Amino acid sequence: MKSKETILYLNDVSVSFDGFQAINNLSLYVERNELRCVIGPNGAGKTTMMDIITGKTKPDTGEIIFAENINLIGKSEAEIANLGIGRKFQKPTVFEQHTVHENLCLALEGDRSVFANLFHRLKQPQIEKIEQSLEIIGLTNEQYRLAGELSHGQKQWLEIGMLITQNPQVLLVDEPVAGMTYQETEKTAELLQNLARTQSVIVVEHDMEFVRLIANKVTVLHQGQVLAEGPMDSITNNEKVIEVYLGG
Amino acid sequence: MLQHSLIGRLLLNDTGSRVLTFCCIALAVIVPVCNLIIPSDSEFHVSTYSVTLIGKYLCYALLALSVDLVWGYLGILSLGHGAFFALGGYAMGMYLMRQIGDRGVYSNPELPDFMVFLNWSELPWYWQGFDQFPLMLLMVFLAPGILAFVFGWLAFRSRVTGVYLSIITQAMTYALMLAFFQNNFGFGGNNGLTDFKEILGFNLQADNTRNALFIASAAALLLGYAICRFIAQSRLGSLTMAIRDAESRVRFMGYRDEHIKLFIFVISALLAGLAGALYVPQVGIINPSEFAPIRSIEMVIWVAIGGRGTLYGAVLGAFVVNYAKTIFTAWAPEVWLFILGGIFVFVTVFMPKGLVGLYAQLRTRFSRNSSSDKLKRGSTDEK
Repeated sequence: MKSKETILYLNDVSVSFDGFQAINNLSLYVERNELRCVIGPNGAGKTTMMDIITGKTKPDTGEIIFAENINLIGKSEAEIANLGIGRKFQKPTVFEQHTVHENLCLALEGDRSVFANLFHRLKQPQIEKIEQSLEIIGLTNEQYRLAGELSHGQKQWLEIGMLITQNPQVLLVDEPVAGMTYQETEKTAELLQNLARTQSVIVVEHDMEFVRLIANKVTVLHQGQVLAEGPMDSITNNEKVIEVYLGG
Repeated sequence: MLQHSLIGRLLLNDTGSRVLTFCCIALAVIVPVCNLIIPSDSEFHVSTYSVTLIGKYLCYALLALSVDLVWGYLGILSLGHGAFFALGGYAMGMYLMRQIGDRGVYSNPELPDFMVFLNWSELPWYWQGFDQFPLMLLMVFLAPGILAFVFGWLAFRSRVTGVYLSIITQAMTYALMLAFFQNNFGFGGNNGLTDFKEILGFNLQADNTRNALFIASAAALLLGYAICRFIAQSRLGSLTMAIRDAESRVRFMGYRDEHIKLFIFVISALLAGLAGALYVPQVGIINPSEFAPIRSIEMVIWVAIGGRGTLYGAVLGAFVVNYAKTIFTAWAPEVWLFILGGIFVFVTVFMPKGLVGLYAQLRTRFSRNSSSDKLKRGSTDEK
């Protein structure tokens, strides 16, 4: 089946910082159009895993294969982003001195070179793409406001909107609902589920309620390794998981 | 028509730009007319001394623009822009030295005086061809451009940012200053290059030449402003400010941030070089003190006082601070640096957006007052 194709494959990845083994022989498969949640206690290596996938941190050993046989090891952040891997940071990171519209405009897929941008003009399909993104994240009415004036939740959505506009195949989302109200959390859940129809979405999250809300498949990390993987129900009943994470 | 609208977009679509464009053109017309045509006993006469002085301010304003482009838009606090300015100036100075010919003190048709004094028998290779105006013009841009390219390539690739980058820009200009102080470096040592006679065959002391240089400086300032605006208004400009505010986001969107930074840094260095080249024939000397760290810090202060990130603010700052400098150094030279430091502290604390920001602040305060007046009136009407 086409939808079961693997889009991202981490094979035996390890990395250590000054002797601390942050990621330890980690292997992970993500399928196309899958919504995957990654949970784990503090220091389990969740953010480090994202850093490795997006090229911010170089792993000591192992390989990361994206789509059909593209090895991501040794590629720069920009190259990996251009291949189709988008990343949302834990702290909302948008361009606060730019309007919402400008933020999305910069995210548009297309030629990333200096001179192409010097002479860039928005074309009709791009304008439509921005309008579409604005609608999805529900910020159409805020599009000419400065991103810095938005509420925390709106900034999170804007950042997700920028990823949508960038049109990646894999979306890495780091703690999207931290600091959100209950209504905002619900709306974010809906947003991510919609996205997973056309993209693979990997969500790193602390909030178990939120994970329960969206996930069909959960990966539990512990000490840089996969401790358990499966549907939410089997995870919450897994004794090892209860020991290290849920029950304490 | 297209060109007309492009010029309009670059130079006329906000108040600051309109004022700047108007002032540049007005200066370029009025000052030469008042100097050359109006007789010297009239009170509207502008002395040649003033022409040169304002011409010098125009060069500083262009230099301030280049600092604002990297500081206000890209967020890089360069404390070494004096190096690019001085390199442009030295390229011009070398050309002017070669134009002296056998009119020097030692009457050597080939070698500048300081080389004869040092008992050099022939022109060093890097002085070859500097008697040609086009080659000099090329070097005015190449010398600062290559320095900025190499420096920027190394610094941005290894992701040196913030205060560390500022410190190494400072170290760069300091190192160049020490090198240019050396007599055997071949640029006239601590005396620098001076005693220029003519440019393109025109006598540098003549009023006509002085006014031509003045007009060229005003034109260069306007051109530099248009170039900076073109960049600032493009998507590249938008990206530049995005790098300033959230560099990692830009990187994870797939842009090569180091390429964008390098491009802006080099353009800025080219503008600074041009400013230096126009400055030297007007003041008549270039020496290693132009590389001094204090000079580069002063440039940053002009931009801070004018208001960074607006371009016209930088121009305003350059004029205001240098005019103040002219007045205070004539009145009490030993207190000038204290005054400059005082103004800088005052501006940083009370006017973080500089003079331009102060104007905008006052305007919104007044408009807010009037709108709240209306509100009050409205509510009393309802009662």
